[in-house]
Amino acid sequence: MKRSKMMEFGVGLFVLAGILGMVFLGLRVSGISLGVPQDTFTLQANFANIGGLKSGSRVAMAGVTIGRVSDVELDTEWLDARVTMELDEDLEGKISRDSTASILTSGLLGEQYVGLSVGGDPEMLEEGDTIRDTQQALVLEQLIQQFVSNMTSE
Amino acid sequence: MIRPIASLGRGTLDALSALGRAAMFLAQSVLGIPSREGWHLWLRQMHFIGVMSLAIVLVSGLFIGMVLGLQGYTILVDFGAEDALGQMVALSLLRELAPVVAALLFAGRAGSALTAEIGLMKATEQLTSMEMIGVDPLRRIVAPRLWAGFISMPLLTVGFSVVGIWGGYLVGVQWLGVFDGSYWSNMQSSVAFVDDILNGMLKSVVFGLVVTWIAVFQGYDLIPTSEGISRATTRTVVYSSLAVLGLDFVLTALMFGELG
Repeated sequence: MKRSKMMEFGVGLFVLAGILGMVFLGLRVSGISLGVPQDTFTLQANFANIGGLKSGSRVAMAGVTIGRVSDVELDTEWLDARVTMELDEDLEGKISRDSTASILTSGLLGEQYVGLSVGGDPEMLEEGDTIRDTQQALVLEQLIQQFVSNMTSE
Repeated sequence: MIRPIASLGRGTLDALSALGRAAMFLAQSVLGIPSREGWHLWLRQMHFIGVMSLAIVLVSGLFIGMVLGLQGYTILVDFGAEDALGQMVALSLLRELAPVVAALLFAGRAGSALTAEIGLMKATEQLTSMEMIGVDPLRRIVAPRLWAGFISMPLLTVGFSVVGIWGGYLVGVQWLGVFDGSYWSNMQSSVAFVDDILNGMLKSVVFGLVVTWIAVFQGYDLIPTSEGISRATTRTVVYSSLAVLGLDFVLTALMFGELG
């Protein structure tokens, strides 16, 4: 009887450790948050080239993460990339209409993200609006090509 | 002329019938679980198969994580990308190393013991006498072991991953000086819960099933002599290692490759 209790205790600890490990993996390693999904508001922006941006990439303002890219698709009307972003709801009505969205790279080899920089227009962007002023991703090959053609033309 | 063809045919038939017996065996014993008195049998096997394997799995996980940290660091530091160490350690552990290495260790530690135990039961005719007194050996002996292996394997894999990531942290951050924050934040931004963690767990569930199935079936199906037991034990380790590595490729191709 005593032995069986010990065994039960051991197995219980084992299973508990497994569950705790899973929680650790979920929270600490994959970084999912258990909280209710935050209320967001969406903005859209068209880019000539998005480089390596994908859905899930972060959106930052002044380097602070304020949301994430929820969808990337080809705009069949303009044949450029249409990026949908979900931002913190607190920012709704606080980003001016002439703000710039540019695709930046964190570090030399890092992930690409959308950086928003605010303009001075008194009118603000609302839910579902499109940011007009965008800057495409820096594509290294194009940069080198430009550099080489400048060099040779001189 | 006829002899080699006939032996080829005999080999094929033997292999097919073994496969068929194994499938029938699995179906009969898995269906035979939900009984209340089977609880303590299952518990005993969970203790032997799961809890007792914990030590070897955790120690191996720690060392593998530490080696990943060390090797990853020396490679990544050349590119000035040692901040991506956490990402590298976590992804390689969660997706591949934890399920596969834990399953291989499990086959060596628990699978061989299962085969030998059931084989000896068969050799000493305990299984036959059980049948004679009206106890189904599939239900009483095999089913608890199968279910215990099936449930332990994912738990062991979780332990392996956690300890391995901690080992990578120990070497990378504490010893080699990768920035603590970037170790975790790079890991969090690149590891997806469903795609990486749950797919890794799914792998380990499949491996757990396959390894225990092979081990128990080899024990149940062996020739009841001392030589037969030793051969079956060897076969368990060889077959389950091969099955784990082969299935790992197939599962990886389905989960992470472009094939799926």
